[in-house]
Amino acid sequence: MNVDDMVALLPLIAVAAGSLAVMIAAAVRRSHRLAASLAGASLLVALALVPAASGFAPRNVTPLIAVDAYALFYMALVFGASFVVVLLAYGYLRARAEVREEFYLFLLLATLGAAVLAASRHFASFFLGLELLSVSLYAMIAYPRADANPLEAGVKYLVLAAASSAFLLFGMALVYARYGTMEFTAIGAALSLPGAGWDAYRLAGLALILTGVGFKLGVVPFHMWTPDVYEGAPAPVTAFVATVSKGAMFALLLRYVGTTWVYDSPSALTAIAAVAVVSMFAGNVLALLQENVKRILAYSSIAHMGYVLVALIAGAPLAGEAVTFYLVAYFITTLGAFGIVTVLSGPDRDADRIDDYRGLFWRRPWLGGFFSAALLSLAGMPLTAGFVGKFYVLAAGARAGIWFPLVVLVVTSTLGLFYYLRVIVAVYAREPANPVAPSPASPALPVAGAVALAGLAVLLIWLGVYPTPLLRLIRAAVASLALSA
Amino acid sequence: MTLLWLIVILLAGGAAAWLLERRSMVLARGACLLALAIDLILVVSLWLSAGGRPEAAETAWIAELRWDWIPRFGIGFHLAMDGISLLLAALTIVLGFAAVAASWTEISDRAGFFHFNLMWVLAGVLGVFLSLDLFLFYFFWELMLVPMYFLIAIWGHENRTYASIKFFLFTQLSGLFMLLSILGLVFVHYRATGIYTFDYGELLRTPMARSTAFALMLGFVAAFGVKLPMVPLHTWLPDAHTEAPTGGSVVLAGLLLKTGAYGLFRFAVPLFPEAARLFAPAAMILGAAGIIYGAVLAFAQTDLKRLVAYSSVSHMGFVLVGIYAGNELALQGAILQMICHGLGTGALFILAGALQERIHTRDMNRMGGLWEVCPRMGAMGLFFALASLGLPGLGNFVAEILVLVGAYRASIPVAAVSAVGLVTATIYALEMVQRAFHGKNVRGWKFPDLSVREMAVMAVLALLLLWIGLYPKTLLDTARPALHAPAPPVATAALRP
Repeated sequence: MNVDDMVALLPLIAVAAGSLAVMIAAAVRRSHRLAASLAGASLLVALALVPAASGFAPRNVTPLIAVDAYALFYMALVFGASFVVVLLAYGYLRARAEVREEFYLFLLLATLGAAVLAASRHFASFFLGLELLSVSLYAMIAYPRADANPLEAGVKYLVLAAASSAFLLFGMALVYARYGTMEFTAIGAALSLPGAGWDAYRLAGLALILTGVGFKLGVVPFHMWTPDVYEGAPAPVTAFVATVSKGAMFALLLRYVGTTWVYDSPSALTAIAAVAVVSMFAGNVLALLQENVKRILAYSSIAHMGYVLVALIAGAPLAGEAVTFYLVAYFITTLGAFGIVTVLSGPDRDADRIDDYRGLFWRRPWLGGFFSAALLSLAGMPLTAGFVGKFYVLAAGARAGIWFPLVVLVVTSTLGLFYYLRVIVAVYAREPANPVAPSPASPALPVAGAVALAGLAVLLIWLGVYPTPLLRLIRAAVASLALSA
Repeated sequence: MTLLWLIVILLAGGAAAWLLERRSMVLARGACLLALAIDLILVVSLWLSAGGRPEAAETAWIAELRWDWIPRFGIGFHLAMDGISLLLAALTIVLGFAAVAASWTEISDRAGFFHFNLMWVLAGVLGVFLSLDLFLFYFFWELMLVPMYFLIAIWGHENRTYASIKFFLFTQLSGLFMLLSILGLVFVHYRATGIYTFDYGELLRTPMARSTAFALMLGFVAAFGVKLPMVPLHTWLPDAHTEAPTGGSVVLAGLLLKTGAYGLFRFAVPLFPEAARLFAPAAMILGAAGIIYGAVLAFAQTDLKRLVAYSSVSHMGFVLVGIYAGNELALQGAILQMICHGLGTGALFILAGALQERIHTRDMNRMGGLWEVCPRMGAMGLFFALASLGLPGLGNFVAEILVLVGAYRASIPVAAVSAVGLVTATIYALEMVQRAFHGKNVRGWKFPDLSVREMAVMAVLALLLLWIGLYPKTLLDTARPALHAPAPPVATAALRP
């Protein structure tokens, strides 16, 4: 490993160093503000180092990590999202937990794990990144440990994530047993040799790996944890689970699927398409039945992951761009929606009932307006980033001619509109809030949260109106990705 | 650039109205009127500049604007105006005035946000009439949906939540099918030429298999058929029109329905001429069915606004027949019918709204004998009912006769059935006047007659209908270059055998 390799790794090193700094600072002097600033600063430094590292990309640092434009793009996305979560969590934790400093430690470690996932080109780094992310998440989800709901959610996530890790490991082991290597590219090379058919090892290995990945993405039939964890976890953590953990997993999935010739197997594609179709159906239909805003967003995220899978199976030439753009739009929108939930949450409970939002637009026009903009973006209405994202997914699918999943997408997303409208109806309702269930004493808007939300709002509209600069970036980033048609 | 200004001014007017709400509501409404007035001047000046153009001009476009937007897919910000879009833009602005005036006293609660939404719907509608890039078109198509939804959902009547969600879901689902069709068309074009483009002009002559063309066309027809409405897809309409506040009903009936007709006219037929010819008989039968069905249901209503809503289904049937009859007479008729229906139905909705504001009901069983109480309202109601039934001398007569003459050449049975619609219209329109204004005032209603402001709106709309009825040549001449020019082969050229 030489100096150039180190420079290429600098973004990851910055986050790792940040986590150490937070830990040491917490040992020396307990200060919430200090811990949050350290975490935020290290994420910003990492973000600033991404362009520096890109000067040395693409290169493989050790057999484990690939620092290329693709990985760096996703790293930047993950760091940006984590930074928003720091801003949101600062105001949220200040009103609640007694011990707050360690939260930022877990957050940085989870971010590091996600960044490693985005850059991994080897089963070892894949698993390391995944576990770093998951283990930190157990602690983050159950962070308010005096309450029952977060604890329950944390334990549920722990058990299911551990089980899915076992599936994943078994799948890796099968692939390794057959091909004798754990590097993605080496596996791909072995598979491209004549005579490398779809034997039992390869199929079972892929199926088990997809099971592990599917759990992290929360797609049907591995989605059971999603609503409970979304509901139980503190709102900023939910934002993190919904975006960073899923996005990083998708980054890895796209790379793995592309390099290991999954696109050559109609049966594998059909299986993924089936997962996508049932996710879109189940997510959108089950969301109709929910009364809790966090659960609605949970089921809607299941459906959204289904949409992204549709883009994934479209394959070359548009899949990489479509998946990446959709994820960026989804990150911004989801962070925005959970950001609103976060800043409206009172000290005793999160603002997760529909009644909490009744008449929000008339009480706090900016928050209400942005919340409805975020919901409309999830529904894919124009002027928002979600519109361009949905367009991109449909374009990728139409280019590949996979009409059945597209029609399912269209029909189920229209169903989905119904529950977004339900929340929006409440946001614009003229009646006063239901006196039986008083809304949590509307807390004053914390400055950090307001900054985060304002930034997200600008991005949401900007990407919806003029996505061209980002599209250029994404095209450059996914150019290196091998996606055989 | 003028075209962009047309849209931006409306958007800005809406934003200004929202901001000025705190100062004074009069100021906010004034901002809307000012924005509309500026737009009116711009449109009229475009109209005058177009009037001097020779018939055989190179292109039918009066004004055009083309910028790159998302070059990755060849998406451009491409606006253009020909005679047809000019007429519809003018209609948009006139009805914009009417909607602002109709909301003057009706909407007092959160009026700033109301006007914001109203102006943004108008901007979206204008965008739909002006865009020549299919992505941009879809963008505006969806954009007008959200503020319209808010207009119904926040300021609507009793059943507003149901009606607004139904409206939203119908339009959204059909709109997404159109988006799939647009994408399909773009990729068919890409396979043939290797170029990504969403530009109307480029996509016009895309070669494709007949079955592909038919499937893609159906996506467009779904979206436009819902908006128009084409008969089996119309069920959202009576609910949305009835529950919307007056200003919203005016925009819905006067403008949103026209976007569906315009879409058929501009996109569904010219982009797929072969498929359109195959589909034409079915479309004409659906149109004729709509004429009769709408009229019969209008007759059965007791709710005044519902009656007018069903009469819209009937009138828009003529537009559908006219578009697919495939000759110039019928197309001219369809265009005139779009304008006249917009003006006449807008006026009827304003009257219904004015009545409801005064007596708090739309139920005609509870009315009767209102002529003595409010003679001006009664007279105006009679005038627009006569317009609706197609009295010679008023615009609708010219429009419907042109459609019928054109349709007669294409299909005699369709023309015959459609002609029955004139008779049925007479029945429901006169019945409406009879039940609301004639008879005895058994309930002893007493309320103020139309105010000066309301009378001014009515007078303008009535004069416009009279003008079109007596001298339709002005409008026909404006629209003609668009029907003839070689550049944009709209329906007529496409369907000519």
